Amino acid sequence: MYAREKTTDPVPKGSIRFMSSVATLDPQAFSFISNLVRRKSAIILESEKAYLVESRLTPVVRELGLLNISELVSELQKPGSQSLNQRVVEAMTTNETSFFRDIHPFTALKDKILPGLIQRRAKEKSITIWSNACSSGQEPYTIAMVLAEHFPMLKNWKIRLISSDLSNRILDKARLGVFNQTEINRGLPMNYLLKYFTKEGGQWTIREDIRKMIEFRELNLVEPFPALLPKMDIVFLRNVLIYFSPETKTEILKKVQAVMHKDSYLFLGGSETTMNLNVRFEREQIGTAVCYRPVA
Amino acid sequence: MRTLVIDDDSAMLSIISSILTGFGCEVITASNGQEGLDRMTEFGPPDVVLVDWNMPVMNGLEFIKLVRKNPKFDGLPIVMVTTELEMSQLALTFDAGVSEYIMKPFSPIMIQEKLQMVGMSV
Repeated sequence: MYAREKTTDPVPKGSIRFMSSVATLDPQAFSFISNLVRRKSAIILESEKAYLVESRLTPVVRELGLLNISELVSELQKPGSQSLNQRVVEAMTTNETSFFRDIHPFTALKDKILPGLIQRRAKEKSITIWSNACSSGQEPYTIAMVLAEHFPMLKNWKIRLISSDLSNRILDKARLGVFNQTEINRGLPMNYLLKYFTKEGGQWTIREDIRKMIEFRELNLVEPFPALLPKMDIVFLRNVLIYFSPETKTEILKKVQAVMHKDSYLFLGGSETTMNLNVRFEREQIGTAVCYRPVA
Repeated sequence: MRTLVIDDDSAMLSIISSILTGFGCEVITASNGQEGLDRMTEFGPPDVVLVDWNMPVMNGLEFIKLVRKNPKFDGLPIVMVTTELEMSQLALTFDAGVSEYIMKPFSPIMIQEKLQMVGMSV
């Protein structure tokens, strides 16, 4: 059932107006949703993002059998609706992702960063990589495949590939390592598909040894980081900061820097930078990739 | 950038051509592998080929094998446009020398990403 039938609704079921009413977003509903998302995740939804609220929450509205987003807002205000609140925040904060997204960081990882780290960490034989806001897992699985493909010598090393996201729901999907055809079609080179995936029906499953390389963790960037987070050698924090205010960006980057080794690397999204923020990172160009190094 | 699109389905040819034109590519079309080879002789090698698998006269796999045998076309990127394939079929095209794949249904961004993956600037 798409939506609960309302006898007072004069518009016949299945009409265009009925369908569009699911996505109708009044200013009060938008204001409630944007406040909720800001409170729980510090992500700012300006009024021009109303379309995003509609497109992300319409599936939730339909699944719950509600009529529109205003009804969803009423449900969110009822006592005991914490899990629904969390679900809405997750729906609003789950980011688009793809394998080998913006290829350059992975080329830099393979050609320069990992060879250098392997030399510098030869004694400890330990490298820790953090993929933030990993969504359904394409980024950490890409990193894991690059490690397996180009650095077989690391098999005897302690490699920690920590992958975090705000949404436990999306992490559950990531943990499975199962992707549909649309996800496979985005950015995954053919040789990787053939080598690291098996196909069952219309789904593609990542090889078990690659899946096991990753530790998935729920983590909210705007909350205090877990005390046991290890020191990182490489941090991927791509296409996340764009959603935050300059103050929150600064706060997040300071916390990230606190868990980074002195000679480590930070990757941001293509449209993101540490410039004009009160943080101490130095921009470094590696081939066609841009990364940031912590400055003491 | 000059692209050759080979597909026996005229609707699919038109969809892919329109996406590529939108990226600023010049598009040459052919309706089977043999016609594709003829176009390459007539117009010279394109910068990239997008080829369907199942076609009459000469299918995509045979086309790839013949292109890869011809030194005139050394290094030519070929992207196989397929419906959902089994792993064994994908492996066959890979062994034959295909550069990348796109599975149908696809979106313009998927075509753009695959062209970039074979070294095209789109």
